Amino acid sequence: MKQRFLLLTAALSFCLLSCREDVEVFKPEVVPVTPPDSTGVNDSISHARMLGFYLLNEGNMGSNKSTLDYFDFAAGEYHRNIYGNANPGVPKELGDVGNDIAIYGNKLYAVINCSNKVEVMDKYTARRLGQINIPNCRYIKFHEGYAYVTSYAGPVEINPYYEQTGYVAKVDTATFQVVGRCLVGFQPDELEIVGSKIYVANSGGYMVPNYENTVSVIDIPTFTETKRIEVEINLHRLKADKHGNLWVSSRGDYYDTPSKLFWIDTQTDTYGGAIDIPVTEMTLDGDSLYFYSTEFSYYNYDWKINFGIIDVTTRQIVTRNFVTDGSEREITMPYGIMVNPRNKDIYMTDAANYVFPGMLYCFDRYGKKKWTAQTGDIPAHFAMLYSEP
Amino acid sequence: MFSVRHFTLVVGLVLAVGSTAQSKLDSVQLLEEFEVVADRYREVIPSQRLSGVKLEALSSFSVADAIRYFSGVQIKDYGGIGGLKTVDIRSMGSNHLGVFYDGIEIGNAQNGTVDLGKFSLDFIEEVSLYNGQKSEIFQSAKDFGSAGTVYLRTRRPKFTQSKQTNLISYFRTGSFDLVNPSVLWEQKINKNISSSLNAEYVYSSGKYKYRYTKYNADGSIANDTTAVRQNGDIHSLRLEGGFNGYLPQGHWNVKGYLYDSEKGLPGAIVNNVWKNSQRQWDRNAFVQGSFQKQLFNGYDFLVNAKYSNDYMRYQNPDTTLMLIDNKFRQQEIYVSTANKYSIFPTWDVNLSVDYSWNTLDANLAGFVNPSRNTVLTALATAFEWRRLKAQASLLGTFVFDDVKIKEAEKASDKSEYTPAVFLSYQPFVRAKYISPLRVRAFYKRIFRMPTFNDLYYTDIGNIKLRPEFTTQYNLGIQYGKNFKKGIINDVTVSADAYYNEVIDKIVAVPKGGSGGGSLYRWMMMNLGLVEIRGVDVAIKTGIAVRNVGAKYFSPAYINLSFSYTCQKAQDFTDKNSEWYGGQIAYIPWHSGSAIVNTQWRTWDLNYSFIYVGERYHNSANIPANHEQPWYTHDLTLGKSFKFRKSEKYFAPAMKISAEINNLLNQAYEVITCYPMPGRNYKIILKMEI
Repeated sequence: MKQRFLLLTAALSFCLLSCREDVEVFKPEVVPVTPPDSTGVNDSISHARMLGFYLLNEGNMGSNKSTLDYFDFAAGEYHRNIYGNANPGVPKELGDVGNDIAIYGNKLYAVINCSNKVEVMDKYTARRLGQINIPNCRYIKFHEGYAYVTSYAGPVEINPYYEQTGYVAKVDTATFQVVGRCLVGFQPDELEIVGSKIYVANSGGYMVPNYENTVSVIDIPTFTETKRIEVEINLHRLKADKHGNLWVSSRGDYYDTPSKLFWIDTQTDTYGGAIDIPVTEMTLDGDSLYFYSTEFSYYNYDWKINFGIIDVTTRQIVTRNFVTDGSEREITMPYGIMVNPRNKDIYMTDAANYVFPGMLYCFDRYGKKKWTAQTGDIPAHFAMLYSEP
Repeated sequence: MFSVRHFTLVVGLVLAVGSTAQSKLDSVQLLEEFEVVADRYREVIPSQRLSGVKLEALSSFSVADAIRYFSGVQIKDYGGIGGLKTVDIRSMGSNHLGVFYDGIEIGNAQNGTVDLGKFSLDFIEEVSLYNGQKSEIFQSAKDFGSAGTVYLRTRRPKFTQSKQTNLISYFRTGSFDLVNPSVLWEQKINKNISSSLNAEYVYSSGKYKYRYTKYNADGSIANDTTAVRQNGDIHSLRLEGGFNGYLPQGHWNVKGYLYDSEKGLPGAIVNNVWKNSQRQWDRNAFVQGSFQKQLFNGYDFLVNAKYSNDYMRYQNPDTTLMLIDNKFRQQEIYVSTANKYSIFPTWDVNLSVDYSWNTLDANLAGFVNPSRNTVLTALATAFEWRRLKAQASLLGTFVFDDVKIKEAEKASDKSEYTPAVFLSYQPFVRAKYISPLRVRAFYKRIFRMPTFNDLYYTDIGNIKLRPEFTTQYNLGIQYGKNFKKGIINDVTVSADAYYNEVIDKIVAVPKGGSGGGSLYRWMMMNLGLVEIRGVDVAIKTGIAVRNVGAKYFSPAYINLSFSYTCQKAQDFTDKNSEWYGGQIAYIPWHSGSAIVNTQWRTWDLNYSFIYVGERYHNSANIPANHEQPWYTHDLTLGKSFKFRKSEKYFAPAMKISAEINNLLNQAYEVITCYPMPGRNYKIILKMEI
């Protein structure tokens, strides 16, 4: 009797349990988010067809959850987490902390910061073509067949403090080999190419509170640093407008120096001026600089969110809010922004609490919410996909 | 379902063998070496315990490995010999577990969690786990101060007959290049005083193979990688010694403890990164003493004191990342006194007052070097009335922080009062019949203070944090019976249902504006709300088999224990979130364990099984966050040798054991990106003089 009771209890408790299954390669989740758009998908500038865009999700450090999403304009469908299915043979998928994404030629480049590599994929299929090994790589730009990638992991000096100089790697996009390195400041972040010069925003983020405060200028033909332009501490983003100005954002120090926006004159390579507005990320469409900021302060343990558009010709803030229907209140933590050059739709991501999946918001040119899509963790970086012209 | 079927088969076989037995062995022979130190009968709700032979037979390397077998707990195990192992009790978070070593709490004011992987099981006599608190009122105020408590009790010297000296040594070796000798020397000084000294050294390369496999939809292998875990090496040395003494109506002890280790932190395995290089050094030293005596009839007095000094260094030597070489030093001074007075034999009251002083110094830029004065007072009462046992306690906690940097802000002073009530009742009692059934219940409200890291860690800490509160409600039954006939000696079945709330949970939230995958993008906030509904079931039985078949098969003893936990632990932090009500990170809905320990003459065979069901690694319960169940089967076979008395006083004894862990070579992860070892082996040699 007792034995039966025991056996029964044992059996009962174990039948509730389930077993391991073979883990399958992650299948992309395809979600229709907006009606198919088969009307003119031609970019008014390049006349290339706009097919869709990639969105790179950063994922938290150490979680190996950087994922790639794709939005298909024609079908109006959002494809979540496409890398695994496109590359079933790659162990541990895309990697840890995606930091930048760009398309050049027929290739899609994803800079995966904590996986120490730039993943190179076919731009239509996201199939892996190879990788460029660059430790602690941050941002990427292209010029005449070469990719230029910023990295924090330059030579170490103890003079008298431990310092790690950053560099820009020059990569042959045909061979994926690093063919040159040019040292810049400490912890270089975004870079921008104007004419035959590379501009690099040095942050000094590892050296708190002794931040960097310069933009490095590199001459591409000689691939040497020719100048450093003093701007402000902890620089982050760079965007070049078509009037010869380079827009630079600073993160500030979260205490007494706030985040701000500056411009540099690229003709003279001198400091131009500042606009007293915090900027975390920005994107240029024509002469409109769309920006948002999520500025944190240690004084009140809170962050303030700002949105806006600056006219780069007048250097005036045109609007303090490009979302007009109040739906910006749904966004907890804006984390990425892009403007569709054709229809002026604004794409903005919400990283929420960094742990849960994020959201992608699409607003029309009038600032009304058009659609949303659930993304991967910490959706951040966009790359527009055009067909061959 | 192979393994589960397999397991049920084993259980079935064992029971089938048992049922054919006709008589039962004298239960005295089954008794483990056991010494009653506390008034266990005073406990309203007994603990889950592992001790003596059973503890030794488990293929456990550290205290954390043993605690896995208890119901209601989840271990966060980052893998390997030196890997961090913390315990989460009833899903309230590892910060809510108090760990006591020989009666005095091991503190960690810096981050509030104790790495139980650091505590070896050699010379640990008993590991016990209490939900709520040890429901015994004669204890220090700190014993009332956690949502759950683990007590580790080291071996107290015992000398048989005229023996004056005990010498025991272990030597372990096997997978991971493990070399682990330890030795214990116990000396009887006089009738009442004895000394004890033990030392243990651990070396392991921490290398083991792990495997990641993914399949295509058609079942073919998509990718399959086997690699060797790197940078998981550990060197550690532990020295421990002290004196124990007995007094009329009392006892005392003093002890010193030193643990020193250097280890690699193998880190997360992510794409293109198969090796990490971070390292950690730990040095924990403490001296502590305890004195307990009945001063006059009805009045018991206890005093505990401790000084501890802990050093931790974390280094990132990887020049491609941010250089980190952080050193932390913590100190603690602790004194406690408990005073129990019996008003009537069935009614006791107790007043305990504790004081502790904690400091943390670090070489972090901008670190404020906090210190903390804490006063705890606990007023408790216990009474018995017929078949009812009841206890109630009220704990007052008063915390005063200070910082060394003058202009820096400090957290405000805190004072909190938290109650607990424990009840147990024996129903169905008639004149001659004592029911084996007990019904029990408890309520407890307690909190954890924000740790020094939560409050003051440069750029992450938040001095405005409030304590994180838990409220527990528990209702359970226990059926325990010894049998005079039949092959079953005893059966204990307990089942508890509980509801817990964690409010103002301290969680890391992102702060805007910060870029890159850095630590500094986070800060601490009182944001979380978690509700936990669960059931814990534990079954234990001892079986004696005699006169079965040929005499070779008997006598044999079989001890079985099972535990099962079912939990719904939901995140109710954000009403507007799509993931509102999701199961919280790494808490499985179902988990359980089984131990089958058999002894036959000088042989013993131990089988243990751990099951952790499917989980999600965060409370967004979506496929991308899903974690597979894992379960491991471990086997240990031991053989004892007794040598004839070669001298007057001692008979040396020896035992050789061989362990196979993770028998089915399951490639699993407890924490995502931290692969666990596959099948591994160990050989253990024990010598006793």
